[in-house]
Amino acid sequence: MILKSMLTKSGAFLALLLVLAQIGFAQSRIVTGTVTDSKDASPVSGASVTIKGTKLGTTTDASGVFRINVDNSNTILVITSVGFNRMEVAVGSQSELTVGVTASANNLNEVVVVGYGTTRKRDLTGAVATVSAKDFVKGAIQTPEQLIAGKVAGVQITSNNGAAGSGSRIRIRGGSSLNASNDPLVVIDGLPVDNGNALSLINPNDIETFTLLKDPSAAAIYGSRASNGVIIITTKKGKKGKLRFNFNSQVFAQTAIKNADILSADEFRNLITTSTDPSVSAFTSKLGKSNTNWQDEIYRTAIGQDYNLSMSGAVIEGKVPFRLSGGYLNQDGILKTDNFNRLSGAINISPRFFKDRLKVDFNLKLARTENADADFGAVGAAVGFDPTQATTTGSNRFGGYFEFLDNTGRPLGNAPRNPLALLNFRDHSRKLFRSLGNIQFDYTVPFVKGLRVNLNLGQEFQNERGSFVKSDSAAAAYPSIGGKGGYRNTSYLERRNRLLDVYINYVKDIKTINSRIDFTAGHGTQEYFYYNYNTQGRYFDGSPNGPAPNLIANNSDEKNGDNGYMLISYYGRLNYTLANRYVFTFNGRADGSSRFSKDNRWGFFPSAAFAWRINEENFLENSKTISDLKFRVGYGVTGQQDIPGLYPYLAVYNQSNNNGLYQLGNTFYNRLGPVEYDPNIRWETTENINAAIEYGLFNNRVTGILEVFSRKTKDLVSVVPVPLGANFANSILTNVGNIEGNGFEVTMNFVPIRNKEMEWNFGFNVTYANPKITKLLVNDDPNFVGNRFDIVGISTPTRIDAVGNRPGSFYMYQQIYDNNNNPIEGLYEDRNRDGLINEKDLSVFKPADAPVFLGINSSFTYKKFNAGFVMRGSIGNYIYNQVAMENGVLNQLKIGAVPQNVHRNYLETRFVAKQELSNYYIQNGSFLRMDNINFGYDAGKIAKNASLRITANVQNVFLITKYNGIDPEINGGRDSNIYPRPRTYVLGVNLDF
Amino acid sequence: MKKYIFRISTVLMAVFFITACHKRLDKFPANTLTAEDAYKDELGYKRVLARVYGSMVLTSQNAPATGGFGSGDVKGVDEGFSDFFRNYWTIQDMSTDMAKWKYADEGLYDIQFNRWNAGNALVEGLYGRCMLVITFANEFLRESSPAKLSQRGINPAAITPMRAEARFVRAYMYWALMDMYGSPALVTENDPFGTFTPPQISRANLFNWVETELKAVDADLPAPRTNEYGRADKAAAWAILARMYLNAQVYTGTPKYTEAITYSKRIIDAGYTLMGNYQWLFLADNHINNTEAVWTLNYDGVKSQSYGGGTFLINGNGSGDRAPLVQLCGLGGWGAMRATEKIPALFPDFTGVIDKRSLWYTTDQTLNMIDFFEYKYGYPTTKFRNRTRSGGFGNDPNRTFSDIDIPISRLAEIYLIYAEAVKRGGTGGSDAQAVNYINLIRQRAYGSNSGNIGTYDLDFILDERARELYWEGYRRMDLIRYNRYSEGTYLWPWKGGLVGGTAFDATKKILPIPSKQLAVNPNLKQNPGY
Repeated sequence: MILKSMLTKSGAFLALLLVLAQIGFAQSRIVTGTVTDSKDASPVSGASVTIKGTKLGTTTDASGVFRINVDNSNTILVITSVGFNRMEVAVGSQSELTVGVTASANNLNEVVVVGYGTTRKRDLTGAVATVSAKDFVKGAIQTPEQLIAGKVAGVQITSNNGAAGSGSRIRIRGGSSLNASNDPLVVIDGLPVDNGNALSLINPNDIETFTLLKDPSAAAIYGSRASNGVIIITTKKGKKGKLRFNFNSQVFAQTAIKNADILSADEFRNLITTSTDPSVSAFTSKLGKSNTNWQDEIYRTAIGQDYNLSMSGAVIEGKVPFRLSGGYLNQDGILKTDNFNRLSGAINISPRFFKDRLKVDFNLKLARTENADADFGAVGAAVGFDPTQATTTGSNRFGGYFEFLDNTGRPLGNAPRNPLALLNFRDHSRKLFRSLGNIQFDYTVPFVKGLRVNLNLGQEFQNERGSFVKSDSAAAAYPSIGGKGGYRNTSYLERRNRLLDVYINYVKDIKTINSRIDFTAGHGTQEYFYYNYNTQGRYFDGSPNGPAPNLIANNSDEKNGDNGYMLISYYGRLNYTLANRYVFTFNGRADGSSRFSKDNRWGFFPSAAFAWRINEENFLENSKTISDLKFRVGYGVTGQQDIPGLYPYLAVYNQSNNNGLYQLGNTFYNRLGPVEYDPNIRWETTENINAAIEYGLFNNRVTGILEVFSRKTKDLVSVVPVPLGANFANSILTNVGNIEGNGFEVTMNFVPIRNKEMEWNFGFNVTYANPKITKLLVNDDPNFVGNRFDIVGISTPTRIDAVGNRPGSFYMYQQIYDNNNNPIEGLYEDRNRDGLINEKDLSVFKPADAPVFLGINSSFTYKKFNAGFVMRGSIGNYIYNQVAMENGVLNQLKIGAVPQNVHRNYLETRFVAKQELSNYYIQNGSFLRMDNINFGYDAGKIAKNASLRITANVQNVFLITKYNGIDPEINGGRDSNIYPRPRTYVLGVNLDF
Repeated sequence: MKKYIFRISTVLMAVFFITACHKRLDKFPANTLTAEDAYKDELGYKRVLARVYGSMVLTSQNAPATGGFGSGDVKGVDEGFSDFFRNYWTIQDMSTDMAKWKYADEGLYDIQFNRWNAGNALVEGLYGRCMLVITFANEFLRESSPAKLSQRGINPAAITPMRAEARFVRAYMYWALMDMYGSPALVTENDPFGTFTPPQISRANLFNWVETELKAVDADLPAPRTNEYGRADKAAAWAILARMYLNAQVYTGTPKYTEAITYSKRIIDAGYTLMGNYQWLFLADNHINNTEAVWTLNYDGVKSQSYGGGTFLINGNGSGDRAPLVQLCGLGGWGAMRATEKIPALFPDFTGVIDKRSLWYTTDQTLNMIDFFEYKYGYPTTKFRNRTRSGGFGNDPNRTFSDIDIPISRLAEIYLIYAEAVKRGGTGGSDAQAVNYINLIRQRAYGSNSGNIGTYDLDFILDERARELYWEGYRRMDLIRYNRYSEGTYLWPWKGGLVGGTAFDATKKILPIPSKQLAVNPNLKQNPGY
């Protein structure tokens, strides 16, 4: 009975189930979709797609594609992925849909590359910043560092000038050295690369992320090379999944923005003809009849193109991910004849063996660049050249260009040469080739859970072939008397480095004590080689069979091989996390460098740091306001071994070159002489304390970091005077100085609007870093003012490294002004009141480097449209307006063999002679630049499996500054006819298929 | 047991591997040598000696100046200026009526306007140059000690004269330091390297030291006119002694005119004769059969390139827009340097018709230097020409670098030392002999006896020295000896910074010890007035 009843009931139940199932089947269907990053339509792999209210779900594949069974039209899909905001999508009646997800402001579980491994972002204890592809600066970016310009607090990136393919100066927190390098270490896919040209040969399109290790607690794992911070670049890798292509292309046009402010031809003519100075009016007869704006003549609208194609997917039954890419950039400079082009290719193959226990990563990047360097001297020549002369004469001499001639018909001595001829008669090409390759084996050891062994072998090869030909038709190549002009010089330079690195990594969660340890220990060797030679052939008649050039330098010999240096290192890191919220990190590295003697060769660089994830504490668990809060503090010591010279400790004899022989009797002897050295030279060491609060408010709609740091470098190497007679020079490179600096960084990001259709991000960062020299001599001497350098004119140093001041501050006379506030020529403050104006009256006047710099950026997305901008600025940097100093004086016009144009500044100062050390010319260079405005339209799918995005940019849009020269953003702060930065207009397409 | 052997050998192998690996950090630069390699044979010693001599001519091992500041032997000064002769000449002749340079090269206005101080780059450069040549000489002497020679198996016979020459060069440098700076630091081969702080020596003591050294090396120096060209012989040492004795009153307060006569006579009697043609002394091929030069600094437009010596004299004095001048002198023109009117005015005419030594370029030029900053005021000279006797050009096809060997001492100077010492009361010579010697000089200048003199006084000697030796780097020394350097009794354009000339502080007769050296060497005391 009971049984029967049960059967009946269950039968009914079964029937009910069947009915329900039938209903279900009737409405169930398969929905396919693609999850993409709404920023750039790139596929988001590994995203989880679940049906709201159920536990049913799937994940997207490498192409961002998912398939899921959906019961009815009311189904809502929930898409979550690390690094992106949670997204809900109503399926409706669609069977195929694309879901654009937006990046979340704070990706706590994101994995960050920190050098010899990775760590979870939440476990970071040091000042580490990451910029990934989605946040890169958009537009016509020729060198990789420009991708992050203005994006990261504490990092200042200043392009050298406006030339095609010009590199940049990168400073992290203002630099820590005087004479040693201030460049950060650049590590590409685990291979620390050579400083010179580290970045210009990398195609920006191949880069996935930048990680910046800004403080020693993070960077100490790189020991003796980390004092200026570390930039770790990870390139794009292949992903499993179906074959995907990306093609992007940009065309851009560049134009000059502003010319140096000189007199027009008529003003110039008028100045000469009406002058009461007979030396000036005597030039009346030499004036031409034309009105030429030489600055307009030498610049042009320059066109550039950039094409990139990449292919990624997996081969061998879809098991071996790979990525292949190629790029071609060809860019003219705005200065006529200036050109830069780059052909690049990259291969990545990442096979896995033994059930993924052995991961192999092979990367090879090849690049070939060619610079046709225009004669940058034309920039200055165009400022001074007589504007009343025509550009050409119609004669066939000197290529038809106008030139000043003497009465024998030769180019006149002590006269400037036609700026256009300078450009067109020069053939200077530099061809660089670089291969950068590494293969990394990462083996997960069986039987010991959490243990990996990693072996990284890398090699970099770089060479540069220079050829410099000047036609004998060029007036600028004529010797002052007799003979043929023209010359042909060649140069060859080679850099190589090879790396062997092996480390073990052990990760263990110890549940019993609620702890996690992550331990890494390793050993590495890296050796660098340099080789170069130059040849010079003058008296070249311009034909390919001209006289063979003479070898003038060659720095390799059979016995010792190529010059270079080597580092041997042992390093370790321990990360200890307690209760998921107290994180301790200890780094240590011992480095041995061939740059130092046996006694000073080894250095140990430790660091310790602590982070407290406050928001994991109970009292914040339910906070609606605070979504993330972390406090961290670190201390570390790093070194700097990249000092001038490869063998500064060695006592050696060098030989003179072949122009430096000396005749005794009838023989010319290659002279042999002892070289100055410091047997005790050693590393520079930098100590740093860093503390920061990271926070996220209102569901991370407001996030920020407030960071303070204090940095002290001691044993700075500097070239300082030594007592004559005790060494083989009057000054030697030795460890003497100290630099100290405190600073802070503020980073804030806001998301004022975030909804399905619209998102607006706004962020800014401000950095204050103002290092000061605290010691410069072994024995302090109050009479020692400092080391002066940075020559203007013939031999006037303009800047100084002096105790109590920022390195490289200007060192000037204080100008005295009349009642109308006009400077009085040659009248300066007699600071020591001795009745004489001499170098004892010079004083430190303003820094060339900015103590404060900032970046502002914003992006806005509305449906398929997006727009954004990046601004950069600096406050408190000063510029020496050398253009006004040199050209804004009457002597410029008056004392040459021919008149030269003057800067309009002359009309204010009425100076006759150059005043090279007047602080009148030191001007405030604070600026705010609209670096980049970008627009994009996401056209979405334009065909099956193909999506299109269109972009437009304007770069260097406007500049706000009080500086009255062309551009106040100058490395070193001296404006001496710098190749001006152009404005750039860019159109781009990006096609995924 | 086996287990332990295995473990121990593993550890040993690891240690071996690591130390072998660490050995790789001992790297040595290409194209350089250790001291042992450098001095492995006699040739090596000679090449180091060439460094000692050559350091007065060439400004670094990488000639010519490659990188301006910092790349030369003397750091922190413009390398092009740091040639010994150029730097010495700049102070000797540009601080006087001899020559003016219009450009504002660092420190140069202050030298020319007689207002330099201890921070002056040229003051620092010359001191550094002299001390470095001394340091190279000391190193040579240390490495050529009898012990080192026997240890290296080198025959001392060939090295002994080289040691004497190194000591001679060192003594010459100390003479220049004594003349210019009074009381510099004194360092010899017996002092250690590195952390040593050299002591200061007074001017009078340095006088004695130089005198003793020059006399001591006499035995080991070859006889006059027997050493290789460009290398010092006994006469070179005598010439420096004679010059030093002539100025002894200035240096120590005690006159030594008799000794000046003794040593000038020794040279005169050693077989030197005046060159037949005055101009030939200053040509590109002046090394050929030069019977007059006692000791020269050797330059070559290709093999010994320097921005000093004739390169600087000719280019500095020429101007690109004076084509005939540039053509005549054989190099380019920087349009910088001219003589004040005081020097051409010493000659009977400006064209060399009467006195062949009167070699001036006058076209488009104005005699009186009413404007310091314009090239056209003042006369450039055509005395130095990088042309050969047969009219050819020098070795450098680019016509930048000069071949002219610069005489540090030549017979004409010795004659004039003799004559002046006689007139100033030295014994052992005669007025009549002095007149004879002067007339030898004047016969060459006039091409006949028409310029001969019968009697002379001290003022005549000063003027004759200017006529014969102008632009050869003697003027400051001469004017100091005649009390006309800082004093108001003799004025020239731009003396003391005024167009009409004015007296300046007598303490400027001695240069200051450079401030950078004062800062790092506590043993040094500054000269009075600075």
